[in-house]
Amino acid sequence: MKAVTLTIDGRAISVPNGSTVLDAIRKAGIYVPTLCHDAVLKPYGACRLCIVQIKGMRGLPTSCTTPVAEGMVVTTETEEIQRIRRTIVELAIANHPYGCLVCDKSEECELLNVARYVGAQQSSVDRMRRASLNKAVDTSNPAFDFDPNKCILCGKCVRICNEVVGRGAIDFAYRGQNTLVCTFGGRPLALSACQNCGECVEYCPTGALSAKQTIIPQREVKTVCPYCGVGCSMLLGVRGQKIVRVRAAKENSVNTEGLCVKGRYGLDFVNHPDRLTRPLIRRDDAPKGAARRKPADDFREADWNEALDRVAQGLARVRDESGADAIGVISSAKCTNEDNYIIQKFARAALGTNNVDHCARLCHASTVAAALAAFGDGAMSNSISDIDCANVLFVIGSNTTECHPIIGRRIKRAVKFNGAKLIVADPRSIELAEMADVHLNHFPGTDIALLNGIMREIVTRNLYDKKFVTERCEDFEPFLESLDRYPLEAVEEATGVAREKIQQAAMVFGKAKRAAVLYGMGITQHTTGTDNVKAVANLLMLTGNLGRRGTGFSPLRGQNNVQGSCDMGALPTVFPGYQRVSDPQVRAKFEQAWGRKLSDQPGRTLTEMFQTIHDDKIKALYVVGENPTLSEPDAEHAKGALAKLDFLVVQDIFLTETAQMADVVLPATSFAEKDGTFTNTERRVQLVRKAIEPLGETRVDWQIIADVSARMGYPMNYSSAADIMEEVAQLTPIYGGIHYDRLENGGLQWPCWNRRHKGTPILHKDKFTRGRGKFHVVHDNPPAELPTRAYPLVLNTGRILEHWHTGSMSHRSRVLEAIASESSIEISHVDAAQLGIEEGDTVSVSSRRGTVRTKARKTGRVKPGEAFMAFHWWDAPANLLTNPVLDPQAKIPEFKVASVRTMLAVLERAAEDNAFLSALAENPAGILKSYDLTPEHRSALMNGDIAAIEKWVGPLEERLKVWLKARLKQENLAEV
Amino acid sequence: MRALDVKGFIGLEEAIELIRSEFEGRPDELIPMLQRVQNAIGYLPEEALLEIARATRLPAARIFGVVTFYAQFRLRPVGKYIIRVCRGTACHVSGSALILQDIQNHLQVAPGQTTKDGLFTLETVACFGSCALAPVVVVNDSVYGLMDSLKTRKLIEEIREKHGAIVARAGVEKGDRNGLRIFEG
Repeated sequence: MKAVTLTIDGRAISVPNGSTVLDAIRKAGIYVPTLCHDAVLKPYGACRLCIVQIKGMRGLPTSCTTPVAEGMVVTTETEEIQRIRRTIVELAIANHPYGCLVCDKSEECELLNVARYVGAQQSSVDRMRRASLNKAVDTSNPAFDFDPNKCILCGKCVRICNEVVGRGAIDFAYRGQNTLVCTFGGRPLALSACQNCGECVEYCPTGALSAKQTIIPQREVKTVCPYCGVGCSMLLGVRGQKIVRVRAAKENSVNTEGLCVKGRYGLDFVNHPDRLTRPLIRRDDAPKGAARRKPADDFREADWNEALDRVAQGLARVRDESGADAIGVISSAKCTNEDNYIIQKFARAALGTNNVDHCARLCHASTVAAALAAFGDGAMSNSISDIDCANVLFVIGSNTTECHPIIGRRIKRAVKFNGAKLIVADPRSIELAEMADVHLNHFPGTDIALLNGIMREIVTRNLYDKKFVTERCEDFEPFLESLDRYPLEAVEEATGVAREKIQQAAMVFGKAKRAAVLYGMGITQHTTGTDNVKAVANLLMLTGNLGRRGTGFSPLRGQNNVQGSCDMGALPTVFPGYQRVSDPQVRAKFEQAWGRKLSDQPGRTLTEMFQTIHDDKIKALYVVGENPTLSEPDAEHAKGALAKLDFLVVQDIFLTETAQMADVVLPATSFAEKDGTFTNTERRVQLVRKAIEPLGETRVDWQIIADVSARMGYPMNYSSAADIMEEVAQLTPIYGGIHYDRLENGGLQWPCWNRRHKGTPILHKDKFTRGRGKFHVVHDNPPAELPTRAYPLVLNTGRILEHWHTGSMSHRSRVLEAIASESSIEISHVDAAQLGIEEGDTVSVSSRRGTVRTKARKTGRVKPGEAFMAFHWWDAPANLLTNPVLDPQAKIPEFKVASVRTMLAVLERAAEDNAFLSALAENPAGILKSYDLTPEHRSALMNGDIAAIEKWVGPLEERLKVWLKARLKQENLAEV
Repeated sequence: MRALDVKGFIGLEEAIELIRSEFEGRPDELIPMLQRVQNAIGYLPEEALLEIARATRLPAARIFGVVTFYAQFRLRPVGKYIIRVCRGTACHVSGSALILQDIQNHLQVAPGQTTKDGLFTLETVACFGSCALAPVVVVNDSVYGLMDSLKTRKLIEEIREKHGAIVARAGVEKGDRNGLRIFEG
């Protein structure tokens, strides 16, 4: 861009055209006070402090809103400017309390800094002082308070919430003297649209918005967030051995603008008193699976030597008696790459089995399988920042703003400010759907029909990229033919989406110069998961949206290091770097490096391990940082399997529901207590740095494994995590250039072949990893379970913004738990009305596999006939309900579709031994007509005479009486 | 006295339909939308604001900001008769403060409030520009000039009576928000 030269206080400065005068002033290293300006926000010009004198311009323009021009002569301070600035600041202070000494934010208070700089005078402030500062403080939010008395109305919070977060929960309201930053309807923050990310608190220049618990940290350590796969860089503020504050580390390309509520306020689990600090061994008198009031009573504390001996002996016994393949190892997507590498090496070399898997099986196994087949690489093809340059974003099966909030923000910004078009395909009306150009709310499990329908439309309208298809892809003809089965009418019927919307989506996507598809579990967690992903791949190849900036195939990985765990070979079929265990050459390489004969038999997947425990094929499990008792589908079955094991070792930071079933529990360190690397969803390998010393006697995961391994006759000697990565780099071509010293500044995106390679932000640039992109013929198949009369609702499961998976971390965060303390089921107004369910009722939800109790939440987010539940709660485990049926190719369970019925919990209890009530409950409309009623019964029922009814059915609870009255009205007995 | 005319307020559902049918949903239609809804319902209920937020894709908080910025918008149901007392200079020197005080005592409401029966809303206005008729009281769209406390009180009672008669005739319950809007024209 062309440079513009101007003079500032007599010095010549060159800045790019389009900069503001303030940018130039800052570049010149001159301080000009500001209160409303921030580089990430659009120029605003509210505080008027950055006024300057510009030769030839009238008055004193605000430098933050004035664009630079060639030859400008700027003076940043004159006596007049000084005087005006002082008055402005004095006016602000006149309405501001004086309690700076006891204000939590005074250390970083911009108002205080500016006041010092301009020299505000007590006498002038006193003259203008507002008589009383008594606006009510909003303390409703569990994370931060808003004190409007300290607010100077700079609007930074309002603009951050709009421009950066894309939420717009607050804005200026009222007028003049009474102007207030305010939520919709003036509600308390806790009841507003605020998502508690705390970005406004971070930017607020005064103490108006301040964290509830402010402790100034002694030092800050840069690391990576342990929650989702976005991989946000953050600064952990540490005081002593405690994390007291978390901020975004802004110099990175992932989360330039900030953090979500989990990252900022959800890390106090690290210092939670529930943390395991010593190894635990099951007491001899405490049988597994027996319900105890206090799970900790089943165990006794032991020292490391005893515990490690016990583990090594237990595993050796099973190996000697039943063979190495009777042991399963479950690695953790929460652990670092180095941990995962050591875990899979332990399984393969020390134990001698490929039975190693991790929770990717439950989230993106289908992505890895399908994308390897279609492109040759099972990962996100482009970078997160590509969202900024796309013309069209197609989000399918991903509630991005809740599950990957920072990517969600990017999408929202792209749509709001870059003019990107947004297509959202989701059965639910999620937040993104509200701002979408097209929302395709298809029936759960009809993704292939929908995508094929869209592709057929694209082909019919001749919008596909013939050049790309012929030059870069193969097997196009059979694919093209297969689309004939998806005419609009058929797709409309199968998916429930109006044909106009399908046409519109096809037009928008087909015509886009640069389009990207982002998807999540809504695509992968189906019996057709692999085919779903192949359909996504087909769509991208058909329209040539691969290998360029602003395009791409974007599976949004769930866990912080699920990408890395896959890369490190914590999968039953591949060594690190997706090198197949069945390939003799690869095996020979690893055999030489690891000095052991390695098995060529692909191991069992995580889901298969649980299924084969019952057949005695797996007798021992070593579970690291996973909680399958809540995360497996049909959790009751999984729990039964764990109880049946001969030997279970759990290595975790808390005594999770799974650890409670263990024989030995080994206390590991959290992410904050170790060095290592995480690989995020865009394949970026980033450094995790130790911020605090390991709590109590906890130890780093890879060190624990190495010690067990040594006791089993296979010592592994590494001096540090960096040391492990050196070995990874040697054996794993795609990680060939990954070395710790190269990761200091923002990390590297694999494939990174060697020390000089700069990483690969975009895959498949000139040719696909596998050569040509392969089209696959995929056809629509119904989900394994369809609604029936007995189970009429389709239950979808997933996550919510404030919690994480089985909640072992997020439930131990004060703020997150305060925001979302109990589980709920989202149910449509129509179904609720029919079932007589009111908001907040305790309902019982049953599937063919189990029953859970939870709170009803009536919402327009789900369609009639559908329901949604998050799986974060042990007291209402959604996975008791889910269907364990697997995708035949990737072995991923169908978490997204299960048939359930819901009923008022009180009604279910009462109906158990009451034929009358159960008949009414099971037949939502009209049953009594078929009964031969006596006149007195009839009149009592007709008039809803509860007292009379109670005489026959016994006393009813209050809530039940209300329900019964409403239910009897639906009977229309009068017509008979 | 002029004849009374009857005009009905529409319900929230209809108003939401109105937002969808009469507007494209461009952000610059915000103020016309708000005016249209207020005109139809008499005030701006939260549900209508949320619907406008959905239609314009503006944050609800922004819309709340706009609504509270302009004096013309109201967030609470308004009485069927809006009594506006002019507080301009000419009216002030002609005793409008006394009129205002008297109405307040009589109706037991402060400016900006609505009577318990939902019939009257009392407001003050900086100047109507009808200074020749000072002091001026305006009821809905009708201007009454050269007023005093007694005349105002009589006017209020008259309206109350006629309203009662119309309600009796139309069979609409008193205080029904979706009921009648009567003004003299």
